[in-house]
Amino acid sequence: MKQDKPCIPRREFLQTSAKKIPGLVVAAAALSTGKTLLAEENSEYNPEDHNYAMGVDIHKCIGCGRCADACKKENKVPLEPEFFRTWVERYVIPVEGEARVDSPNGGIDGFPEIKEKDEILRSFFVPKLCNHCDNAPCVQVCPVGATFKSRDGVVLVDESYCVGCRYCIQACPYGARYLHPTKHVADKCTFCYHRITKGMLPACVEVCPTHTRVFGEEGHRSSPLMRFLRFKDVNVLKAGLNTKPKVYYAGANGEVR
Amino acid sequence: MKLSRIPQQVIPLTIIFALAIVALVAARQMLVPESFGKYGHYRADAVEEVASHDISYAGIQVCNDCHDDIVEVKQESYHRGLSCEVCHGPANNHAEAPDEYTPGAPRGRGYCPLCHGYNPSRPVGFPQILPKMHNPGKACMTCHNPHAPTLPHAPEECSACHREIASTKMVSHHTTVDCRTCHTVPKDHWSDPRAVHAEKPTDRSTCGQCHATGADSPKIIPRIDIETHGGRYLCWDCHYPHHPEATL
Ligand code: HEC
Ligand code: HEC
Ligand code: HEC
Ligand code: HEC
Ligand code: HEC
Ligand code: HEC
Ligand code: HEC
Ligand code: HEC
Repeated sequence: MKQDKPCIPRREFLQTSAKKIPGLVVAAAALSTGKTLLAEENSEYNPEDHNYAMGVDIHKCIGCGRCADACKKENKVPLEPEFFRTWVERYVIPVEGEARVDSPNGGIDGFPEIKEKDEILRSFFVPKLCNHCDNAPCVQVCPVGATFKSRDGVVLVDESYCVGCRYCIQACPYGARYLHPTKHVADKCTFCYHRITKGMLPACVEVCPTHTRVFGEEGHRSSPLMRFLRFKDVNVLKAGLNTKPKVYYAGANGEVR
Repeated sequence: MKLSRIPQQVIPLTIIFALAIVALVAARQMLVPESFGKYGHYRADAVEEVASHDISYAGIQVCNDCHDDIVEVKQESYHRGLSCEVCHGPANNHAEAPDEYTPGAPRGRGYCPLCHGYNPSRPVGFPQILPKMHNPGKACMTCHNPHAPTLPHAPEECSACHREIASTKMVSHHTTVDCRTCHTVPKDHWSDPRAVHAEKPTDRSTCGQCHATGADSPKIIPRIDIETHGGRYLCWDCHYPHHPEATL
């Protein structure tokens, strides 16, 4: 076996260095645990204990748009119809041809009658938002580190550090980001970070009348989200891009993108 | 090594380099925010800043502190899944200072149809009405309590409970054929559908009254030989009665 050869020196190196600098290792470990202990003392909320995620059941969505409306009010998103942190899309699948998608004012004012010449096979609503990807392209492209994955699994934007270069808006395959017209920084869904860290639900989940949206945590068996994942056949959007999204859709087949 | 051994031109260069490094380090100290890099390639303080935004929606548990009567009524009703604030709007300021702020209520006819207006993209079975046809001119609250919208009386339209069948039939060749032509429905089926059953057709004669060659029915109705067509099968083994099709 050829590969064995280079392995031995590396192991030797590690072993000798471990012997030579045990003091340093111990000191570093002590330092880091000391730090986390301090953090725990200062606040009862420990981000490491959480990994937030959301489930969306397309079969239940009635397209009332209350989520998009509440989101704008809760997060003071500009009211113009091009700025959304979450919005509802209507899919119209004709018997033949491509699916058509529309979202007039994010669904907040309801949806007009379908004006389709072709015969319609079916139609349904899909709520959309930031997917809080574990492998987020927006985080990768940010040149200054103004968008990042927090320790509790939420992708956030640092408003006072963002330079407004729009790379992240370009990079997001889900179109979940927009440039704030007055602050001139990128903005998007935070899972209502200011609410969830206080144990409240995101505003869109709070107002959803049909339990289409389910909020919870991955890895906590008693979380409503885990029940959702256990009992439903779920998909993520654009799984092929390997972004590892954390918004799970039930009832989304290949047509939903 | 003696100092004099170092070539003279190197000394000012070294000083310049040293100054440049000091300047760089100083600039980095000033430009890179304090908490940057604490947990990753970002400013740790930003997390706190996002978390400290104001809350507008208080959540139903908060309303329960003072309006427990309404919460209790609502939890037993068809609207049990609804948050108070989906209708009354964000009310955190009201919950904190009820005398200063009062939330509004959607009393007009425009609001409820956002959820209940007929829309074919909605899931089957969700209660919907056509706002233009459904008791126009009157506020919804005159007949429905928004906190407990029990229907004033059991609906008699078959479509209220059999929506999928009704809407399938509506776009089929049988759109003009009334449900009662094929189903005999006792009156109590509306109030107690599981105990009192509606009847389903059992033989060919139900279809024959319109489709048999000699039947006394409008001329445009296509005819078949009721004795031979379809062999020994029931008509609805091949044709879905609520959406019949005459193609293979
Ligand atoms: C601290 C107690 C308190 C809490 C908490 C509270 N309310 Fe109230 N609410 C009141 C009082 C008192 C009134 C009567 C005020 C008045 O008549 O001017 C009232 C009145 C109302 C009204 C009627 C306004 C009108 O037009 O007559 C609505 C609607 C309402 N509250 C909704 C809510 C909702 C929704 C919540 C939860 C987010 C909530 N309240 C939480 C005390 C409270
Ligand atoms: C489906 C929409 C809807 C929901 C959900 C809803 N309300 Fe209301 N509420 C209304 C409307 C409409 C009125 C006005 C009724 C009227 O004027 O007859 C109203 C009136 C009120 C009033 C004042 C009149 C009264 O009946 O005392 C209070 C207080 C109130 N709501 C509290 C609540 C609370 C608390 C909740 C949550 C448990 C809630 N509402 C949920 C629609 C709603
Ligand atoms: C945010 C969405 C929403 C709004 C706004 C809303 N409703 Fe509802 N409504 C629902 C849901 C969800 C149900 C339960 C449906 C079910 O059981 O499948 C329901 C049930 C009902 C029912 C019972 C229908 C049945 O199944 O027999 C009536 C009647 C009703 N609502 C009337 C109203 C009226 C009147 C208003 C305005 C004051 C209103 N709703 C506003 C979501 C809404
Ligand atoms: C004059 C009284 C009256 C008014 C006003 C009224 N409704 Fe109704 N509504 C009824 C009755 C009675 C029924 C049950 C039987 C039926 O369908 O006729 C009903 C049924 C419903 C249903 C259930 C339909 C189904 O198929 O399950 C909904 C939803 C509803 N109404 C919503 C509304 C909304 C929204 C408004 C205001 C835009 C409104 N209603 C105004 C009397 C009224
Ligand atoms: C109040 C709601 C309601 C209304 C109104 C109603 N139905 Fe039904 N119907 C039901 C339910 C629920 C069942 C299922 C009963 C069961 O499975 O035991 C049913 C079953 C049936 C069946 C199938 C019976 C079987 O043996 O499989 C037929 C046929 C039927 N209904 C016809 C009608 C027709 C026609 C009308 C209108 C004249 C009507 N129903 C109105 C609720 C309703
Ligand atoms: C042309 C005759 C015809 C008409 C019109 C018709 N039905 Fe039926 N229906 C049938 C037959 C035949 C069956 C039995 C089908 C079977 O057993 O496969 C049936 C079955 C049903 C069932 C049982 C469940 C099912 O789908 O098998 C229900 C419920 C029902 N009909 C409701 C209705 C309602 C509501 C209407 C009016 C909107 C209606 N039907 C109109 C012929 C008819
Ligand atoms: C009350 C009279 C009536 C009864 C009963 C009736 N039909 Fe029809 N049927 C019609 C009418 C009307 C049409 C449409 C004629 C047209 O406009 O082309 C039709 C059309 C059809 C068609 C042709 C659809 C096409 O693609 O052209 C079929 C198949 C059919 N019915 C089957 C049935 C079966 C099976 C039954 C018994 C379960 C039945 N019908 C009972 C009135 C009736
Ligand atoms: C074995 C399957 C089968 C059964 C059972 C069957 N049909 Fe058909 N039916 C067909 C097919 C296939 C066609 C279309 C081709 C044709 O015209 O023969 C058709 C055509 C029809 C048409 C349209 C004829 C036209 O001229 O457009 C009517 C009406 C019809 N059937 C009624 C009935 C009735 C009523 C029954 C019960 C007595 C019945 N069918 C039983 C297979 C069936």
